[in-house]
Amino acid sequence: MPARGSIIYLEGVTVDFDGFKALDNLNFIVDYRELRVVIGPNGAGKTTLLDVISGKVKPVSGRVVFGKDTDLIGLPEHEIATLGIGRKFQTPSVYSNLSVWDNLDLSLKRKSKGVFATLVSKPDRAETEKITSTLETIGLAEKADVRAGALSHGEKQWLEIGMVLLQDPALLLIDEPVAGMTDRETEQTGLLLQSLADRRSIIVIEHDMEFVRQIARTVTVLHEGTVLCEGPVEKVQADPRVVEIYLGRQKEADAAAAR
Amino acid sequence: MSSHELGTVAQDRSEGLTVWLIGFSLLVIMPLLNVLPEPDSWLHVSDFALNRFGKFLAFAILALGLDLIWGYTGILSLGHGVFFGLGAYAVGMHLMLTIGTESVYGSTLPDFMVWNQVKELPYFWKPFYSFWFAIAAAILLPTLFAAIFGFLAFRSRIKGVYFAIITQALALSAWLVFNRNETNLGGTNGLTDFKQVLGFRLSDPGTQRALYVLTVLSLGAAYLLCRWITRSRTGKVLVAIRDSEQRVLFSGYSPGSYKLFVFVVSAALAGLAGALYVPQVGIITPAQIGVLPSLEMVIWVAVGGRGTLIGAVLGAVGVNWARSILTTSFPDLWPFFLGGLFVAVVLLFPEGCVGLARRLNRGWHAGLSFRKKLATSEPEGQEVR
Repeated sequence: MPARGSIIYLEGVTVDFDGFKALDNLNFIVDYRELRVVIGPNGAGKTTLLDVISGKVKPVSGRVVFGKDTDLIGLPEHEIATLGIGRKFQTPSVYSNLSVWDNLDLSLKRKSKGVFATLVSKPDRAETEKITSTLETIGLAEKADVRAGALSHGEKQWLEIGMVLLQDPALLLIDEPVAGMTDRETEQTGLLLQSLADRRSIIVIEHDMEFVRQIARTVTVLHEGTVLCEGPVEKVQADPRVVEIYLGRQKEADAAAAR
Repeated sequence: MSSHELGTVAQDRSEGLTVWLIGFSLLVIMPLLNVLPEPDSWLHVSDFALNRFGKFLAFAILALGLDLIWGYTGILSLGHGVFFGLGAYAVGMHLMLTIGTESVYGSTLPDFMVWNQVKELPYFWKPFYSFWFAIAAAILLPTLFAAIFGFLAFRSRIKGVYFAIITQALALSAWLVFNRNETNLGGTNGLTDFKQVLGFRLSDPGTQRALYVLTVLSLGAAYLLCRWITRSRTGKVLVAIRDSEQRVLFSGYSPGSYKLFVFVVSAALAGLAGALYVPQVGIITPAQIGVLPSLEMVIWVAVGGRGTLIGAVLGAVGVNWARSILTTSFPDLWPFFLGGLFVAVVLLFPEGCVGLARRLNRGWHAGLSFRKKLATSEPEGQEVR
């Protein structure tokens, strides 16, 4: 049975890419209102974990349970999104040819996102207010009319975070949010994520250890498709196995450079 | 309206005015110039010219639909000739049956059936005695066909170049099927030699004028439909699919349903275009629905300007006008001209004529405001500092 109070619960999940096990009998639980950071070397299965939760990749075995008892396996991506799981991609994916406002407007949570309901839907005051306040949150209030394609890299990342927020997800999946950001943008993003965790659960994948220290409460280390260890950031950093997989790679890299 | 929409309103207004002017000229001035001036006056629009223009406008209806799916949604269909053909053949079959015993062989059967020694009217021809059945079929057949084909293709998440290729295969197979005599649709020679529609003689200039007006009205309705779709939130989802389908999917929309919707709408418009084409041109053959004509349709939209409705209309009329001039004076040059035009559009002005015009317009305005700034540069400069 799923642990009491968990928002997402993965049990024995295996993902097989033509013989390569991207996830290998993985168990993973996140509680309500938890901000969880997932780290691990390249190829550890971090992005695949998000792919499984959001429905992009189907596991060969295992269970994925959202909330109390919603089985996510086999559901298409857009239905999982409607259930309340939002996903922010590693490379910013926004609608370049639409204005910032329209980008947010389309992302807003609505009763129906079917073709005909959307065709006749009209903007209403409550929605306009939500979009306006999100624009404030992500610092793009001045740029509501700008084509999203004309934004800077950092602004696009923020816009996408805003878009995911307007879906009002109970669980937010964020893949390397600060890649390519300036130090100041990174810090602001950290503050933003922490403030969001008051009302929802967040899973963040990150490489930047300084950023991890800034935001993390609990850290999960993935290695070769399974959980290597889990705990507060200081404990994880001191774990010899973690040091081994990170430093071991570092040694290999040094050796390769020396050759 | 809130402030974030103000920017587009000014542009919309000038474009709206242009559209109304074009619509008025097509609907009122052209037919008047056909009827009122003496035939030798330079203002006179001949019956032939009006009829030919009616054909271009029928093509423009198809171009609008193709622009919805390709220009807005980013899905390239190389099979729209098939939907056009279904509409054209549906009306063509009705017109064949109304020839009656006026045919060459004097039989109530269409001439090609007599020629092919078909003794009895095939069962699927019989409902086409009814004019309204034929009209409904001209729209519903392509709609239904696109719904089935699109459902299978989009459910399997076929996209990009793969979708283009299977629609091209569709055009090829439709061409092969319609070419066979056994299909009982006139084979290579198609359907032709029509005499009348609803009792009106097709050779009568008055009938052709009425068909022209009907085509203009249909084009107007098609334009309004497309404008409504593209300005709605659904229209924005279509553009969003073109920009980042993944984001659309993870925002809770099913991109497949949206693609199916736009594919079906564009097929219905292609069918309507075919239905209006046949009585005006007087013939439909497999050569007009295969791979090459389907490719040409894409070129109309590319030349006019993808992603703008007015561009699709201008492209369809412009390219076909050029075609009818060039094929009368230099018939051999047309394929080279068409190919060259496509290369030029792709390399030099990928947004088509409308995109080019907008860029020139922006450049002109930028020049004006720059000059204005120069004239008033001193006080402005002080304010900044």
